[in-house]
Amino acid sequence: MGKLFGVVLAIIAIVSAYPIVAHWYVQPVDISTHGHAIDEQLADTMAEAGLSFLGAQLLLAFFVWRFSQRKPGSRVWNIPGGATLMVAAAFILVGTEILALGVLGQKAWANVYFTPPKPDAMQVQAQAGQFAFYFRYPGVDGKFGPLHPDKIDEGNSNFFGLDPANDVESRDDVVSAELDVPVNREIQLLMHAKDVGHSFYVRELRIQQDFVPGLDLAVHFTPTQTGKYEIVCTQLCGLGHYNMKAYLNVLSQEDFDKWMKQKISEQ
Amino acid sequence: MEQTLPQPAHVHAPPEGFLWKYVFSLDHKVIGKQYYGLALIAVFTGMILSWLMRFHLVWPNAKIVGLDLISKTGAPGGVITPEYYLSLLTMHGTLMVFFVLTNAPFAGFGNYFLPIQIGAEDMAFPRFNMMSFWTTAAAFLVLVLAFFIPDGPPISGWTAYAPLSAVGSDAGPGLGWGQNLWAISIGLFCIGQLLGSLNFIATTLDLRTKGMTLMRMPICTWAWFITSCIGLLAFAVLLPACLLLILDRMAGTSFFIPSGLVISDRLQNHAGGSPLLWQHLFWFFGHPEVYIAILPAMGIVSHVLVTSMRKPLLSAKVIIYSMISIGFLSYMVWGHHMFVSGMNPFSSLLFSFPTLTITIPATILTLIWLGSLYGANIRITAASLFALGFVSMFVSGGVSGFFLAQPSIDIYLHATYFVVGHFHMVMGVAAIFGILSGTYFWFPKMTGRMMNETLGQLHFWFTFIGTYCIFMPFHYLGLVGNVRRYASFIDDFMPALMPVHKFVTIAALITGAAQFIFLYNLIHSRFYGKPAPDNPWDGTSLEWSIPSPPPWNNFGSKHPVVYHDAHQYGVKGEKGDFIMQDSPETAAG
Amino acid sequence: MRAKLISITAALALIFAAALLHARAGGGTVSGKVTYEGTPAKPKPIDMSKEPSCAKQHTTPVVTETVVTGPGNSLENVVVYISAGAADDAPPSEPVTFDQKGCQYIPHVLAFQVNQQLKVVNDDQTSHNIHPLAKVNREWNKSQPPGTPPIVDKYDKPEFIPVKCNVHPWMHGTFAVLKNSHHAISGQDGGFSLPNLPAGKYTVTAWHESYGEQTQEVTISGSETKTINFVFKAKPY
Repeated sequence: MGKLFGVVLAIIAIVSAYPIVAHWYVQPVDISTHGHAIDEQLADTMAEAGLSFLGAQLLLAFFVWRFSQRKPGSRVWNIPGGATLMVAAAFILVGTEILALGVLGQKAWANVYFTPPKPDAMQVQAQAGQFAFYFRYPGVDGKFGPLHPDKIDEGNSNFFGLDPANDVESRDDVVSAELDVPVNREIQLLMHAKDVGHSFYVRELRIQQDFVPGLDLAVHFTPTQTGKYEIVCTQLCGLGHYNMKAYLNVLSQEDFDKWMKQKISEQ
Repeated sequence: MEQTLPQPAHVHAPPEGFLWKYVFSLDHKVIGKQYYGLALIAVFTGMILSWLMRFHLVWPNAKIVGLDLISKTGAPGGVITPEYYLSLLTMHGTLMVFFVLTNAPFAGFGNYFLPIQIGAEDMAFPRFNMMSFWTTAAAFLVLVLAFFIPDGPPISGWTAYAPLSAVGSDAGPGLGWGQNLWAISIGLFCIGQLLGSLNFIATTLDLRTKGMTLMRMPICTWAWFITSCIGLLAFAVLLPACLLLILDRMAGTSFFIPSGLVISDRLQNHAGGSPLLWQHLFWFFGHPEVYIAILPAMGIVSHVLVTSMRKPLLSAKVIIYSMISIGFLSYMVWGHHMFVSGMNPFSSLLFSFPTLTITIPATILTLIWLGSLYGANIRITAASLFALGFVSMFVSGGVSGFFLAQPSIDIYLHATYFVVGHFHMVMGVAAIFGILSGTYFWFPKMTGRMMNETLGQLHFWFTFIGTYCIFMPFHYLGLVGNVRRYASFIDDFMPALMPVHKFVTIAALITGAAQFIFLYNLIHSRFYGKPAPDNPWDGTSLEWSIPSPPPWNNFGSKHPVVYHDAHQYGVKGEKGDFIMQDSPETAAG
Repeated sequence: MRAKLISITAALALIFAAALLHARAGGGTVSGKVTYEGTPAKPKPIDMSKEPSCAKQHTTPVVTETVVTGPGNSLENVVVYISAGAADDAPPSEPVTFDQKGCQYIPHVLAFQVNQQLKVVNDDQTSHNIHPLAKVNREWNKSQPPGTPPIVDKYDKPEFIPVKCNVHPWMHGTFAVLKNSHHAISGQDGGFSLPNLPAGKYTVTAWHESYGEQTQEVTISGSETKTINFVFKAKPY
């Protein structure tokens, strides 16, 4: 049975590692300017983790295979180096990993959160509410009108609670169910939660950020490839959580301008 | 000489009558078994809930026979609605984390064996002990009640984030009385755990028998002691958090709810609260909680491995100090659950460092276990197989944690199946393996009968291979960006992943079915198992020096005297290659 | 001679009674048109891209239905009903059906009676969660996965209940739960007709979900048709 454990564990370890090594399940293509650092970090961590995983599992498999169910009364002995070797190995192995990945990996985090958006970043407001995302562009006047939660009327497509009758800045605000943006332009997404906690996740953008009711949060990113990408909610928000998504359309500047013109005429 | 001092609390007369012997017993052994029995009911309930969830994910339109009798609105015509899926998810997590993983290894085995392993006749406060169990049992009943109320159990997950959990039924089904029952249940659970932790700490510090210095205590005794210290602070924060949640829900306060929220077309009448406050309070408890779940399992596995390897671990002291440092560090890392929560991103880096650092003691433990196997003579039993399996699972689960500890990678992996794979590996498998190892190891002592070894090993193989088949693929799904807590997978890239989900579901159903082998073994052996000797595994700690099962006061009229630590293996003793803790003989050479 | 007199009187009486009965059974009718004045807000396009299974069912753009207008300034979806002067009626035995199709509620406004059976049907491939936001009646919401049986319920008090779908925010409708059988919903031409009204004095109410309510008094004496029209003031936003 001890031998069987060793064999089975070795097989499990190799079979588990294989899909990773063979790149069967990888992240989708990165369409952001900051994503490369994250992907590199992920790859480095995967290499370290993979080696640790395989090393530990195969060692465990071998030890159990070799040292189980030997003759009763056989001599038992300690590994040379004993506990001191193990402690030293732990500190060195993990210590270097922490230094390498933790310290050097800060840059990837800093790219997203410690770099402020450029002054000419395009501002779009995103509202997350049970169970859809809606987006608002400031329109020709470049200003967002104020929000009035008591004026929300979803059946009439007033998802944000705008009051164009009284608020002049709201009259040209463009509301859309899809986030359309021009490629290679920095976008600053202002995030507003309508009811409970939600989250904004676009795999290809390597962006994930919670919407917190009561907090004015923002993320910024620059999409580098045109295409249609899914925005999904990743913070449990109620029964429709699985159905809460929207599309991010990254368009050429030309197509984006055409789209914006069309939306303005519809308001 | 007359004894004029009052009897210490832990000394009590033998129980008489059915109620005092089996229901409201003050005996730590009965209470330990009661906790274990409660955990057994909770784990099978939780497992069936997970079957329903896995089934629904791959066959969403299936009409499950009889389910509409349990919940007409949750499963009309037997088809699981999205909200019912979320209530199954919430109850699965709550039952498993609280009523299984905190109950069985800590309150169950700890209650039974801690006093015996230190040579005491009972816990320091037997009445508190009895009250802790019944408070926990009441908490369980309150929680299960949520299944039977019209609006159903809550849908906010075991993490119950505000404002979803705080605003009431406007935010969705189950968030009315279902959530209230949840909060009350967890509040009661906290009280039970606090009483229990106090008991463990007082017992360990005060009731050790002559010669039982702290460093001579078996490693699993240390694990229980450290766990109870962690638990005292952790549950002391969760309890007021639940109270604040109840106040927000029932008394109109706004600890967690800001103003301006429009839910179900209604402007909520709250202002000034912070949803992040709930997250901080919850995770300040929640992270130490997962160490409360795993430390006893580490202790049990160390204990079983030493006995099974026939040699001591490379250094018991290093193991103990590593466990203490894990306990200490566990309080500094809670923010790693909140990297993208909207808290200050600088805090995320601050939390990331202790999270990465905690890998050091965890690696030390793993390397000591691994290194100790070198040169050993491992006796393969169901108990030792699960202990060895634990080491493998702990490596797998720990390694995936390394990804999640880094905020930049967490941006991509947060709230995906990668996280679900990680915590199931460490909690849902490793900690469970610790409990199972302890069960097979201590069953003879607790019942006086041996479990069926063949069935036990068969149970191991199904479970070991099966849980790898279930949870390893979760990591791959997470790498592709498969989001968690979804009742159905409707994202454009998901159809390609459905074969993986189907594989996992089938593995889960088979592995789950195999657990009934264990249940059968447990029940059958209780009545028909071979009679067990006092020391079936040739162990050295004090539990093996008393009869199987032990008498009501453990050591009879005399207290044992201890001469050694619990690791005298691979030595020439009178009884074989070991020397028991209470034996005055010394190791030759 | 006497027999002839009796039979003629009897025949006359029969004819008179028949005429009277005929008059009572037929009754009067109130009909008319609902129109608006001013400039209504443009209907806004509904983007269903988050639910592709519904989005692909629509070949023409879908627009909001809060204000639906027709030629000649006609206003659709106005509930016109007798709010006073008529006795309460027992509910009809046939249920009314509210359909969820293409992620829209069909019809947009459903008028039915107190205690009349309501059937909610899901004809879509996605799960809906219908949430009638009742204030006077019992508020409830129910999930309906595709392929599950219709939801059956009823309301025991008169109320105009806004209905929304918890999963699809653009899905809105109204239940008009009324006390009697004298109700109609204005069609594309803005026209409505309330037949079978016994003689009496009535208050007719016209209700529009955005433009509010208006009432008019009308008296029916026999089997005539009285015409009353409603003109609502449109809102530009």
